[in-house]
Amino acid sequence: MMNPTFLAALRAALPSNALLIEDEALRPYECDGLSAYKQIPLAVCLPETLEQAQSILRVCREHQVPVVARGAGTGLSGGALPLADGVILSLARFNKILQIDADNRLARVQPGVRNLAISEAVAHLGLYYAPDPSSQIACSIGGNVAENSGGVHCLKYGLTVHNLLALKVLTIDGELLEIGAADNPGALDRPGYDLLALMTGSEGLLGIVVEVTVKLLVKPERAQVVLAAFASVETAGAAVAKIIGAGLLPAGLEMMDNLSIRAAEDFVHAGYPVDAAAILLCELDGSNAEVSEQILAVREVLLSAGATEVRTAEDDAQRMKFWAGRKGAFPAVGRISPDYYCMDGTIPRQHLARVLGRIGELSEQYGLRVANVFHAGDGNLHPLILFDANQPDELHRAEAFGTDILKLCVEVGGTVTGEHGVGVEKLDAACSQFTPEELSQFHAIKAAFDPDGLLNPGKAVPTLHRCAEMGRMHVHGGALPFPELPRF
Amino acid sequence: MADTDLNSQLVEQVRAAAVNATPLCIVGGGSKAFYGRACAGDPLDVSGHRGIVAYEPTELVITARAGTPLAEIEGVLAANNQMLPFEPPHFSEKTTLGGMVAAGLSGPRRPWGGSVRDAVLGVKLLNGRGEVLRLGGQVMKNVAGYDVSRLMVGALGTLGVLLEVSVKVLPRPACERTLRFDSAAKPSRLAEMPISASLELDGRLYLRLSASSRCVEMAADTLGGEAADPAIWTAVRDQTLPFFQSELPLWRISLPPAAPALNLLGNELIEWSGAQRWLVSDLPAQTIRQRVGALGGHATLFRNHAATDSVFQPLAPAMLALHQRIKHALDPHAVFNRGRLYPEL
Repeated sequence: MMNPTFLAALRAALPSNALLIEDEALRPYECDGLSAYKQIPLAVCLPETLEQAQSILRVCREHQVPVVARGAGTGLSGGALPLADGVILSLARFNKILQIDADNRLARVQPGVRNLAISEAVAHLGLYYAPDPSSQIACSIGGNVAENSGGVHCLKYGLTVHNLLALKVLTIDGELLEIGAADNPGALDRPGYDLLALMTGSEGLLGIVVEVTVKLLVKPERAQVVLAAFASVETAGAAVAKIIGAGLLPAGLEMMDNLSIRAAEDFVHAGYPVDAAAILLCELDGSNAEVSEQILAVREVLLSAGATEVRTAEDDAQRMKFWAGRKGAFPAVGRISPDYYCMDGTIPRQHLARVLGRIGELSEQYGLRVANVFHAGDGNLHPLILFDANQPDELHRAEAFGTDILKLCVEVGGTVTGEHGVGVEKLDAACSQFTPEELSQFHAIKAAFDPDGLLNPGKAVPTLHRCAEMGRMHVHGGALPFPELPRF
Repeated sequence: MADTDLNSQLVEQVRAAAVNATPLCIVGGGSKAFYGRACAGDPLDVSGHRGIVAYEPTELVITARAGTPLAEIEGVLAANNQMLPFEPPHFSEKTTLGGMVAAGLSGPRRPWGGSVRDAVLGVKLLNGRGEVLRLGGQVMKNVAGYDVSRLMVGALGTLGVLLEVSVKVLPRPACERTLRFDSAAKPSRLAEMPISASLELDGRLYLRLSASSRCVEMAADTLGGEAADPAIWTAVRDQTLPFFQSELPLWRISLPPAAPALNLLGNELIEWSGAQRWLVSDLPAQTIRQRVGALGGHATLFRNHAATDSVFQPLAPAMLALHQRIKHALDPHAVFNRGRLYPEL
């Protein structure tokens, strides 16, 4: 039950259409893109102005009520999962593009603006916003900042953190912080600590992003895709290293294994070779002359690396077709399995064969199929674990399988999440990546922003206690961590 | 010099300093001793902690100890036809990897190749409690935990001692060419050109083109201009150009690239297509900062200033308070580089 004084304070701060408290109105907010976790919040606030957002934060701080920020709710790690005793602060009504500055190649937008809407709004200027998470049609730029979202073009164009110029952020006190000259943006660096980097990917635990200035790039004159088929995932992985070793920097470099190829082909008829053990999609962009040269070079590398077939998209329609298969890989897998669980580890690419081999073994051990889709250029793996939630125990087995995959990523020097975030989903996995000292450092940084721990508490950084209890701790130098905590 | 691992020795020194709250001044190659405010404390020498720890060219990542000379790293990269994409300055041959990250300064390629902070993927950090933390990693995409490794870039050692750094590297362009133009006859349609550096000085514009030889050829044909000596890029990067040889204060001014001319009394050199402007001037700091601030930029007193000057653009009160709390979170006993960045940190 909501404290009546708290409710009255919220009501005083917001117009009636900006506050939801009825159960059926709250229902759409019970989960984000990770629908395995659901929770009804105390209330949902939908401010339209900065002042309203500031008031909400002040009221919550005063009443010690947790605040979970939410953009479009497409996140895949439960970052926007409500808390039973907390409010959802939705930025959906902060949906305006405030400024487009072609001379300084930037756009200043509110956080609720969709990722793709930015590129659409500046297309007539020959510009675009580079990071393109697969949810870009729906996901909001504020959510992209919170998660440091990636996409298929990170190797060449970077993640969200590389494509921001300034932010406006509200602290838990409702104070407005400008990171960079937010009202007059465009400078490439800022005085003081790099809070732009610290805020990006902080999953709503440090502050509420209320304005974002993004960098715009000039649309390349031409983009072209080469598709190569391989008889084994190992040869495909080695081919990726050879492309990079040859000094080529593709805009996108994606790998799919046989199960994903067949699922995607059945779904979108992209013209993929269904007998291949793996395919690589290699996109090259730049000036016309540059792309022509690179295509020749890439074809040569792929053939010498043992590709059984190399095809260059003949026109833009075929290029889109090749990409449609890759971009539709998740829903395609959804057609061959009642449920799937998407993982997001990153590894140094040199360990690809070993990791994929081990995933294959785990697949047999858990009795669950796995389809591998892979941002090969930057080492970001998306194994999709296929399961049926209606079968007893399958969800549990899928989760255990997933945690094993993420541990494996950490063992080879990688990370438990490349672009989806820790959220609630990977809290246990994060225990295997960080030492107690590292986790304590993260908690101290959070306290510097949010001393009472009211911003999205319990997400992104596991507590020391949780890591000890889960037994999935980082064992350092052979010594067990947390000697001070009781064991069960 | 041989590779040496001073990890445990540095940990001991910092732990002792933390117990006694003794201030330390972190020293690498000393090539940027002139930069920033003065630091009071016992020197903590990191220059002996050196050596490349991991480098697999096809991963596009190099990891090295913080005291490793930049020249050694760039030599190894060049042998593999790769480079640090942000073209960091070498103010002396002693410049180290750790100093490069702590100062966070990027060179002529920055607007096109990205900055130091863009390329930093992870660090091994010794915090003010004497704990060794691994933050970030060796992979391009990594969103686990807060991005504390990038927070170290430009923090001038006020948050901890860098022990190791992993940096993203890129292939070297196949071909580069430098062109010179009269500022009065600047070429247009630059956005579509493979530019990787720009410099305006004394009525001349210099551009560097980087791409395949055929693309550079085509771009140069379109642009016109005269061929010029590429040594100018190293000279501006390392500040050995005659422009920088002055006793007057040197200001580094960061602005939106399309911001209008500063019209401040002094001698000016413009880089990064307008986003970085160097000004040699003895105008009062306040005059310069007011003008630059109004244009959305910030001004750093780079050289020829007094040790106690306000070197970096002052922060708004709420921002400064947050900086102090962040400093406290990483360095609770205030042992590292007191006052080097701001007097309050």
